[in-house]
Amino acid sequence: MLTSLLSISLGAILINNFIFSQFLGICPFLGCSNKMDTAAGMGLAVIFVMGLASALCWMINEWILMPLDLGFMQTVAYILVIASLVQFIEMFLKKSVPSLYSALGIYLPLITTNCAVLGVVLLNTQNSYNFIESVVYGITGGIGFLVAICLLASVREKIEFADYPKAFEGFAIALVTGGLLSLAFMGFSGMKIF
Amino acid sequence: MTAKQQFKEGLITNNPVLVQQIGMCATMAITTSMFNGIGMGLSVLIILTCCNVVISAIRKIIPNEIRLAIFVVVIAGFVTIVDLVLQAFIPALSESLGVFIPLIVVNCIIIGRAEAFCQKNPVGLAFRDGIFQGLGYTAVLVIMCLIREFLGKGSFGGGLLNTIDGVIGTGNGVQIFPSEFGASILTLPVGGFITLGCILAAMNYALRKSEEKKEARERAEKEGK
Repeated sequence: MLTSLLSISLGAILINNFIFSQFLGICPFLGCSNKMDTAAGMGLAVIFVMGLASALCWMINEWILMPLDLGFMQTVAYILVIASLVQFIEMFLKKSVPSLYSALGIYLPLITTNCAVLGVVLLNTQNSYNFIESVVYGITGGIGFLVAICLLASVREKIEFADYPKAFEGFAIALVTGGLLSLAFMGFSGMKIF
Repeated sequence: MTAKQQFKEGLITNNPVLVQQIGMCATMAITTSMFNGIGMGLSVLIILTCCNVVISAIRKIIPNEIRLAIFVVVIAGFVTIVDLVLQAFIPALSESLGVFIPLIVVNCIIIGRAEAFCQKNPVGLAFRDGIFQGLGYTAVLVIMCLIREFLGKGSFGGGLLNTIDGVIGTGNGVQIFPSEFGASILTLPVGGFITLGCILAAMNYALRKSEEKKEARERAEKEGK
């Protein structure tokens, strides 16, 4: 049990990193990686939402969709769960933890359309993980996202002062940088744990 | 807005991937063979057109506060339809695109067009917008596939041409040069990032050049007067 959890988490963070090898969540990865603090905020929010969404969607799938034989409704059900979850978190944070709310403020609604969140939930179902495995995969996938976005943000902060061709301004140079980071992460691929 | 203007916007001046810079996840992930690229592009085109028409038709009765939730439900409905149709009729495509078909739900292109265009425009315009934006997306996917397949594996039209026993979705396509000589890095995730980055840069360059030319022409006209 413990070894399978360990291999799931290492896989999600390093080997099959959501950004670098599965291409999930590229939009916020590029859009929010201009500055280190916004990147870290976005990453933390994603960890939180991915963990919660994994847990909730597992329950919905196992206790409602499967018994009623409604497997084909998965996509619709999951996206509704994620959207309302994000809305709830937003309202909850606004009331009870205003400081965190103002820190995450603009990123929270954006998470609804982050494909890493819907992706992790769909992958949980596809790999038929049990409850604990799903939650662990969600949280560690979020950690992988945080690692990736922080790496890119720290590189982009330096790139601002570099002298690169003008045509590469904006997303283009970020994509090439992301490619090089992903090349580094390829070093983990093929690693077998236990 | 005429059809010609919309066509130009969708393919070049307001291309969803290259200019609006949205919907990149799938663009990088699935462009490893021409079969995947065209399949994905056409799926998005169909879903985008249907969603555009429906959302534009009901735009006057959607309450503003919950419009995003309604958009998402409409989109998720059409995505599910396409997903099931592909599973039934083109299982090879459904298998190789995997999780990226259901993920069209959160593809920013569709929700972005709903928010930016269909909310304000009548059905006919929205229908054309869906088709041309979808075509623009497909064009980018095809270009990515062409580059990554040719330079990475030395082949062309993987899964569509020269298939094994005529089964669509198999084989590497027409081999132009032996695959050992290809830069196999382009077929890996890294290649997706770098190819798209270079295409974006090329597009930036071309747009800037055409703008400069336009300005120069206007200036010349002014001086001529």
